[in-house]
Amino acid sequence: MDLAIILALDVLNGAASLFLLCVGLAIIFGMMKIINLAHGEFVMLGAYATVIATNAGMNIWVSMIIVAPLFVGLVGLLIERCLIRFLYGRLVDSMLATWGLSLLLIGLVTTIYGNTMNGVPTPLGGFQVGEYRSSWYTLFLAGMAVSVMALVYALLRFTRFGLIARAVMQNPNMAATLGVNPSRVYMITFGIGAGLTGLAGGLLAPLSGITPVMGAAFIAKCFITVVGGGATIISGTLTASGLFGLVNQLGAYFTTPVYGEVILFLSAILLIRILPQGISGRFFKGMS
Amino acid sequence: MTDARHAGLQSILVLAAATGVALLPLHLDLFALMQVTLFAAMSVLALSVAFIWGFGGILSFGQTAFFGLGGYVYAIAAINFGDSTNAILLAVVLPALFATALGYFVFYGKISDVYLGVITLTVTLILFNVVNSTAGEAYRIGIARLGGFNGIPSVPTFNMPFHPEIPLSPETSWWVTGGTLIAVYLLLRLILVSRFGRVAVAVRENETRAALLGYDTRLVKLGVFVLGGAIAGLGGALYVNWGAFVGPTIFSLSLSAEIIIWITVGGLGSLFGPIVGCFVIQWLVALIGSQQTFNSNLVLGAILVGFVLLLPKGVAPTFLLCLARLRKRYRSTTEHGSAQSTPHAGQLT
Amino acid sequence: MSLTRRYFLRSTAAAASVTALASPVFIRNAFAAEPILVGSLHDQSGTMAASGSPMVDSLKLGVEEVNAAGGLLGRPLKLVHYDTQSNIQLYSQYAQQLSVRDKVSVIVGGITSASREAIRPTFDRFRTLYVYNTLYEGGVCDRNMFITGTTPAQTVAKLVPYAMSKGGKKVYIIAADYNYGQITAKWMQKYVKENGGETLSVDFFPLDVTNFGPTISKIQAARPDLILSALVGGNHVAFYRQWAAAGMKDRIQIASTTFGLFNEPATLSAAESDGIIGTFGYFEELTTPASTAYVDKLKKLSRGIPYISELAAATYEGFNLWVEGVKKAKTIERLPVIEALETGIAFDGPSGKVVVDHKTHHVSRNTYLAVVKDRKWVVTETFPDAQPLDTAAVCDLVKNPNDNKQYEISL
Repeated sequence: MDLAIILALDVLNGAASLFLLCVGLAIIFGMMKIINLAHGEFVMLGAYATVIATNAGMNIWVSMIIVAPLFVGLVGLLIERCLIRFLYGRLVDSMLATWGLSLLLIGLVTTIYGNTMNGVPTPLGGFQVGEYRSSWYTLFLAGMAVSVMALVYALLRFTRFGLIARAVMQNPNMAATLGVNPSRVYMITFGIGAGLTGLAGGLLAPLSGITPVMGAAFIAKCFITVVGGGATIISGTLTASGLFGLVNQLGAYFTTPVYGEVILFLSAILLIRILPQGISGRFFKGMS
Repeated sequence: MTDARHAGLQSILVLAAATGVALLPLHLDLFALMQVTLFAAMSVLALSVAFIWGFGGILSFGQTAFFGLGGYVYAIAAINFGDSTNAILLAVVLPALFATALGYFVFYGKISDVYLGVITLTVTLILFNVVNSTAGEAYRIGIARLGGFNGIPSVPTFNMPFHPEIPLSPETSWWVTGGTLIAVYLLLRLILVSRFGRVAVAVRENETRAALLGYDTRLVKLGVFVLGGAIAGLGGALYVNWGAFVGPTIFSLSLSAEIIIWITVGGLGSLFGPIVGCFVIQWLVALIGSQQTFNSNLVLGAILVGFVLLLPKGVAPTFLLCLARLRKRYRSTTEHGSAQSTPHAGQLT
Repeated sequence: MSLTRRYFLRSTAAAASVTALASPVFIRNAFAAEPILVGSLHDQSGTMAASGSPMVDSLKLGVEEVNAAGGLLGRPLKLVHYDTQSNIQLYSQYAQQLSVRDKVSVIVGGITSASREAIRPTFDRFRTLYVYNTLYEGGVCDRNMFITGTTPAQTVAKLVPYAMSKGGKKVYIIAADYNYGQITAKWMQKYVKENGGETLSVDFFPLDVTNFGPTISKIQAARPDLILSALVGGNHVAFYRQWAAAGMKDRIQIASTTFGLFNEPATLSAAESDGIIGTFGYFEELTTPASTAYVDKLKKLSRGIPYISELAAATYEGFNLWVEGVKKAKTIERLPVIEALETGIAFDGPSGKVVVDHKTHHVSRNTYLAVVKDRKWVVTETFPDAQPLDTAAVCDLVKNPNDNKQYEISL
């Protein structure tokens, strides 16, 4: 029983981290069809922002939840204005540019801060489940995932910006004839996507090794999850990260971490084969 | 008229390239020769992606799966047979068979676009994970140890066909690799002017329309994909011949991404451009590593970003575009009208 | 017709390359003060940069010192360094460049075993002497190369009994999923058994794993007294943090063969790393005069260096062993230098006395055991003259000088 609770917590943790890591990519990809290969580096920037702010004496919660997303969001806006806005509708060029961008960001951070970085300790601490221990931070991550989900849902569903954003997503030309400026919507959306990715980086900073190349570990998995999730941002990413988190964590527990990864990849392939439009393409038509 | 002129120009170019390959050893030192041998081997890989992506419309993020498989098959077979002749053959056949299986799974499941990219990427990651965990005595095929992350060192290089006692010199190795590159280029050109090639381009342009005209688009895409897999496998064998080494990083994400960079730099929808892109990028990466002033990632990243902003269409298409502008007054505008409607401007056929 | 032309081309090219190979010797004799070239292949960017950068700095220090002391055989040294960018293909490329075009006298470098195995055949083929300085899984037997990093017999054998005396007899092993981790895990199992302990489970992790939740649960379910870790790289640091976050840190002892190579004690908080045990061939915290002098000089040369680990110290020692070999051979020709080194040349480095072992081309060297306290290592034990016994069990270059493979030591 205790073991079951602990395993459930592991799955929750895996799914929540995956969701947090993917939602920013899902917004950028779902909205603008830009494959952002610098996504992992946005995570890295969020982690660095958190660590630097905390080490400079700022409260760790403030630096995770406010500084990281704000900083990466601003960086995202800057990048969108200087680079990405020339690349809408040019899938291939956007991949080349964002790959270059990812190298550029890694190089920049290495040049400024070196190859290693002092981390920040994990706040909160652990609790007891029968004979096992788990950390409160796991539950906090799950809570943050739910909040982010609710926030993005509310933003898309109930605000005027959300309405416009969904309109631009479905048909940019039609939206433009109705007086919307798609370029502005794209800019803001990119900033929001980058900011959420920065938030994920900030939240994972106390649990990860902080290096300039840490982003590389996330990009493939996030990309697979987002595409597996399909066209609708929230429900798709949520179900895909839930499914992959479950498969990965249980696979890793019952076999080995190597097979945990392989099982995740195999299930992604099967998923796309069975549901060629991603999960949400079939079950959540019309929802956002 | 223009077709004939095109063909004439093509044959002159190919002849020039062949002469260049033959004479190059006279003008380069040993190291430079080995370097271009590597670039030519990688260019074969670039051609395979340029073909399936630029002319078949199949975006494969995981062409390194076939490239790496070709490399491993060659290494294992060459170690077991002691003779490279059949090993090279196997390095083409097995990746092609694997591509057939994967392609059947994908195209007959109506998977396309970015979903296809994700599947190929995932297959590559699986191969990386699996091969990576094969350290240890237990993992051997015949007398070849797979070696896990450390890879297989000291792989026998190419020898004279059926004469394992005569290994190829660096010069002959270059002739074989450069010659193969030209042969693959010619083969793809011939395929593109054949009926099959024209149908493949039609499927890329509009799959539904091609299907309605009675073509089995799944079969056409499968054919293109298998051909690409076979060529990538051949590239893998050439690559292992160059370095006498193969390891699981051959399946890595960064190599997959680099291929896409070669194609983009050279221009999608061209066969010659990606070869140029491959040579330029590889040369650049090697050059960047010999300077000490700036972080290598920083330099390469800045160059790529600058490239996208300044030369948005790729090297070869930009060059062709300039040529086309120059020739504009001699040609009727109606010929251009149809080409402009395609998403890939400046495409060669 | 074409055959004869080809034959002509090939023979001319061959003749040209022979002249090219021969000419530097001629030039060397003509201009005595022409610099001796020392090749270097290390990653300064990409995933391995944290290991590679201090190694390059340490090598630069060695070269500068020799030049300041009037050079070698009356000639200055010149470092030819390439940044391999954590890319195996570039290792092969630059290895060819160093031995075929630059014609360096020795190459110092390679970090992962994969990079070493990729370039080793090139140096054998083009007869260029090679010095490899990373701690690794052991077993490489190649007369053309010398290896100064520690092997399992020099570290794991010392670490396991000590850690078991602190933790207990039931051991859980976690390691990176590649050759180093897998082979080191085997050695760990062997020593655990020899010391009367029991291995409960062995888990391997791909290098890009960042979420250790299921593993931490699995470890708790197995209830070990001791965790032996051979986790590698920045991503795997996450294990120690998530372990501490779950509040497990003070309940089960951790000992590691890799923790601390990239400055981990300083990048983690004291609560996350206090009490972790490690063994290496060198620690920056060593207080011997040789060590403090070396640390001072290196930190002066490279201000940004975060921590000087065995990687940097062994690189410095490996380079200096070659220098001693050249001095003894009185030439930089490959074979005489190898023969000079095989006489058991020694160098007093920052870690103590390092002696070349003829039979294995590895070195016997001091190894140290240390415990993390307050984000620093505290060296508690010294094991003088640890021998590379693991490799010596399979490799004998005195008897078989033409051997050139990596043995996997069966246990």
